[in-house]
Amino acid sequence: MTAQNVIALTQAESALIDTYNNHVGSLPGDENVLLARDNAIYALKTHGLPSRRIEAWHYTDLRALLREVPADDLSAAAEKVAPLLDGSSVFTISRDGSVEGRVEGATVRAYDAALLDGSAAADLSPLGDDDAIGRINGGLVNSGFEISFEDGVAPANAIEIQMFAVGGQLHSRLNVNFGRDSKVRIVERHIGTKGSAALSSLVSDIKLGDGAEVEWIILQQEEDISSYLGQLKFALGENAKFSLFILNAGGKLVREEIHGVTKAPGADFQMRVINLLGGDSHTDVTMVLGHDVPETTSTEVIRNIVFDKAKGVFQGQIRVAPDAQKTDARMACNSLLLSDAADFSAKPELEIFADDVQCAHGATVADIDRKQLYYLMSRGIPESKARGLLVQAFVAELVEEMEGQDLIEALENVIADWLEARDA
Amino acid sequence: MLEIRNLHARIAEDGTEIIRGLNLTVKAGEVAAIMGPNGSGKSTLSYVLSGREDYEVTEGDILYNGESILELDPAERAAKGLFLAFQYPVEIPGVATMQFLKVAMNEQRKARGEAELSTPDFMRKVKEAASALKVEPEMLRRPLNVGFSGGEKKRVEILQMALLEPKLCVLDETDSGLDIDALRVVSDGVNALRSPDRAMIVITHYQRLLDHIQPDSVHVLYKGQVIKSGDAELAKELEANGYEDVIKSAA
Repeated sequence: MTAQNVIALTQAESALIDTYNNHVGSLPGDENVLLARDNAIYALKTHGLPSRRIEAWHYTDLRALLREVPADDLSAAAEKVAPLLDGSSVFTISRDGSVEGRVEGATVRAYDAALLDGSAAADLSPLGDDDAIGRINGGLVNSGFEISFEDGVAPANAIEIQMFAVGGQLHSRLNVNFGRDSKVRIVERHIGTKGSAALSSLVSDIKLGDGAEVEWIILQQEEDISSYLGQLKFALGENAKFSLFILNAGGKLVREEIHGVTKAPGADFQMRVINLLGGDSHTDVTMVLGHDVPETTSTEVIRNIVFDKAKGVFQGQIRVAPDAQKTDARMACNSLLLSDAADFSAKPELEIFADDVQCAHGATVADIDRKQLYYLMSRGIPESKARGLLVQAFVAELVEEMEGQDLIEALENVIADWLEARDA
Repeated sequence: MLEIRNLHARIAEDGTEIIRGLNLTVKAGEVAAIMGPNGSGKSTLSYVLSGREDYEVTEGDILYNGESILELDPAERAAKGLFLAFQYPVEIPGVATMQFLKVAMNEQRKARGEAELSTPDFMRKVKEAASALKVEPEMLRRPLNVGFSGGEKKRVEILQMALLEPKLCVLDETDSGLDIDALRVVSDGVNALRSPDRAMIVITHYQRLLDHIQPDSVHVLYKGQVIKSGDAELAKELEANGYEDVIKSAA
């Protein structure tokens, strides 16, 4: 017996490796990129997908949950939808390496270029032994963008990046640099094609220069037969402010990882997550945040609505480095469980190595408040409608605090539509 | 319009009986005041009338326009024209007051088989009613009752009452927590809604509210029963002498 292949591969693992073997000739990249891809796939072959025995995947047994991987159709062309916000500059991730559209004060190039010239090779290494998303994406990446915003730019409109799950599989990268004092709003959308199962992965590497202020909105609306694996890495410069908003309103199997560090004093990270979960879906948001230097702040609020047999997971790890004094970090995870079989696991972790810090976390599980229900009904609102209003209200609080009436309304509509589709 | 017959009701959770054989009749156009010491069952009566599920009726009946409403849930009772102005209005974060008003008005109209209000009609009605009650438009954009002062909450209760145009209004200690100016605004709002085809039950501890809202009848509630009924003079008597004499003579 050789050491290299001691596990029996699952159907999904074999399919991923087959995808690589079948397409390796046409995947973009120079010899360094090819080597990096090979390493990632070799690791996948020898270790398999992570099971619940791997700590980072304890609540999301990817090996058991990812049952099938659709075949990859390289010829599938990207689609487009109207942007969430009127006037946005729209960029659609496509496999042909084309870049349509432009933004004043930013350069955009297809990720293909970085693969072909080899500069991407270093990016393709996974974060560690348990980084399944890094392995899958690193081996199979075939699309994406590199975007660089110049110092001081502040586009009036949002930049929307659309990732359309067509053709079975789509594995993409986004490398985005925000120059010093730039002020930008990004909308990242994951959109499915009705009735067609897909596996998509996206690894993003985001850097905020000193004083940059970035609002990044992720709207995940994959089909309820599709899988999505996301990994967003970010690093914040001095006084940089990064606000991340995630709305999960789709997908059968979803894992969204956030790996962030504050690199200089004054950096601030705000994360708001709304998980709308139903059916027999499984949705995992996992955050690892490092407060690496003194005087940085973060707040994370996660609100979950869970129907049917859906399962949700939030893992939030905040690390405060030994000299990161005056860190202020607060995390809250609140779930509304609306059926007996609905399930949400919250795993907050604080690793604090400094002594002068403020850190707090809390997790609650609630049902509909009966007093509120009675009050609404006493005004003539029938029970089912009153419940709907209260469910929506539970997550609407996070939307209401965002800036811009058009954004608030657009997100409220997505939430209302999701809830209505359930009732229909 | 309302006839309560030998009503017995208890707290569902622990079975404590609060209403013990209560009889009361209120006619259309009448304003009936319910007074009584703490713990006599005044607020419970308002909850039982509105159909709150924390209370169980074990005996007797509540007839509204000749029909028993015991089997109806709070929303169905409201659609039939019953309205309770809460002593402690409930805060609902995430639901804008305006959105709530629109849903409530339209759901009641739907239940009665009427057409929904158009947005301009709705806006006009709300604007008129709000300005009469000195409710700032800005308040209506905020989540329902969240961060409202005691007086603001009561004014928004009366605003809802004005917009929903109920037939039977129950006001539960609407005067509590109000200063003199707020009391006047609220009472004026209530008086404006007095009409020959609308009845009101005004629950209060004190005569003070009844100086502003003149009752046609006054009923003293004690240990879950009406122990004495009279006209507006009775309220003044109670204010002067307290409840003790009435309780003693009823015993």
